[in-house]
Amino acid sequence: MSSVDAPVADASRRPFRGRRLRLGDVLLQGVAGAAALGATVLLGLIAWKVVDGARPSLSKFGLGFITRIAWNPVPGHEIYGAASFLFGTAITSLVALLIAAPLAMGIALFLTELSPRLIRGPVTALVETLAAIPSVVIGLWGIIVLGPQLRLHVEPWLHKAFGFIPLFGTPSSSGASVFTAIVVLTIMILPIVSSITRELFLGVPHDLKEGALALGATRWEMTRGVVFPYARGGIAAALILGLGRAVGEAIAVTQVIGGGLLVSWNLFSTGDTLASKIANEYQSATSRLQSASLIYLALILLVFSLVMNVAAQVIVRRVSRRMGIGVSR
Amino acid sequence: MEAFATFAAVIAVGILVVVVWSVARRGAGALNLDLLTKDPVDFAFGNVKEGLANAFAGTIVLVGLATAMTLPVGILVAIYLNEFARASVRTGVSLALDVLNGVPAIVIGIFVFGLFVVGHGQSGFAGSFALACLMLPLVSRATMEILALVPNSLREASLALGVPRWRTTLSVVLPQTIGGIVTGTTLAVARVAGETAPLLFTSSIVGLRTSWNPHHALQSIPVAIFELSEQPDPADHARAWAAALVLLLFILFASLGARWLATRGRRKLTQR
Repeated sequence: MSSVDAPVADASRRPFRGRRLRLGDVLLQGVAGAAALGATVLLGLIAWKVVDGARPSLSKFGLGFITRIAWNPVPGHEIYGAASFLFGTAITSLVALLIAAPLAMGIALFLTELSPRLIRGPVTALVETLAAIPSVVIGLWGIIVLGPQLRLHVEPWLHKAFGFIPLFGTPSSSGASVFTAIVVLTIMILPIVSSITRELFLGVPHDLKEGALALGATRWEMTRGVVFPYARGGIAAALILGLGRAVGEAIAVTQVIGGGLLVSWNLFSTGDTLASKIANEYQSATSRLQSASLIYLALILLVFSLVMNVAAQVIVRRVSRRMGIGVSR
Repeated sequence: MEAFATFAAVIAVGILVVVVWSVARRGAGALNLDLLTKDPVDFAFGNVKEGLANAFAGTIVLVGLATAMTLPVGILVAIYLNEFARASVRTGVSLALDVLNGVPAIVIGIFVFGLFVVGHGQSGFAGSFALACLMLPLVSRATMEILALVPNSLREASLALGVPRWRTTLSVVLPQTIGGIVTGTTLAVARVAGETAPLLFTSSIVGLRTSWNPHHALQSIPVAIFELSEQPDPADHARAWAAALVLLLFILFASLGARWLATRGRRKLTQR
């Protein structure tokens, strides 16, 4: 956002001393300021409301909720815990990021260094269009097209070839599994990470790159030695933003992950993430404690996303200040 | 390395093609005028068939209301940040907006649920408010960027002629930015038209008849797709694909159109 650093001519912003205040000026500044205040306060309001909604569960289970593997809504035996869903969120988002990161950087490299100029524009637009597809449509495609394909072809092969690794255990019986969710999440975060990385790579100064090439480096050596280190901070921010997106995705994941308490390392089993559990169960929640526990899950999700977002924004701002360019998403 | 990079790009484009092709092929088969104009009909025993008119109408109302809620606030925030605020305030509020952008949609849904639905029941207003929360960072960021592009000479000339600050901002600067605001809003609309999670909590318990009244919950296209996709009946899946096709066409048309307008508008503005 270059607007953050663009120098504004101070003459038009310095208060006019001795000039009487016009009602219109006061009004506009007041109303606009109120809007800005409201936007900031909104964040605090969100945090407050979510804590408020989770209160019954917070007071009953406290922090032990976070480490307990349990989810039993049967009245009289109600007990809830987030650990299984934390595990689900961690395994789906991290593996998706692991797969998407090199692919995204490859795409960014392709679009900045390797591709012929003519196709650069259209291919960039196509990758960004992938980001525009709503998650519910990707989820629909995931249930009906991707899931069965994975179940019929990919999972048995992986199990046969790599079954000794606990990750690739018994293939799923329907298309719904953590594995399908991972593929879906990878598809969803790929465009975000690649578009940020692409802009970062575009911002690397030409003389640095050409200097390396002039010294005899191959293109890969130049990329590894100049582009990556220069863009290091921004790439970290891009990865964090992608991770944040994956962690927060509820709809597409709940459509393809199958549901249940995830307690195994087998990627082909079903399970739930924090977000998908909320989406799955909210409308059928029977007791106040169950609803409050679901909101407790949302609270954990909110804390995660706040921390990740603030970290990513701080990195982005520090990086763009250092490089003097705007990184816009 | 170069092979891998090309391979990655091919995969990305390939996935896009596969998904869009799936939606197009399966959706086109089930898309007909009845789907758009007839309501769902309950043929007893929960066997709900026929059209999705209530979803299409509902989405129009929800997104329209959300835009009406977001636009004034987003523009005002951008005006404040760009024209009046100190640098520290600008950084702080921008950070808050960017963090708001990253809050998962489902958490926003729960927030609005706690704020408006508890005790009052679901409504189109609550759903629109949730969508508006999602749109706000996008609209204000776009407006801020286009405001920053307006040359200061324009502001200074107006002020030098004796036009008050508020009049300068509203009558001289703002008209220059209309194109950018339209673009930013269109992109925000494209993003929000497909959001399901916030509406699940605020506007999902709906009747079958088409309603344009936001005082009670309205069906929406993404929620309809979500519910249909979880059904076992292939006929329901077909209707889901058709709705997805309409949604996708709208979003693609809006996104690409907005981006094309944006490059044109920016070029015009910076050529001054």
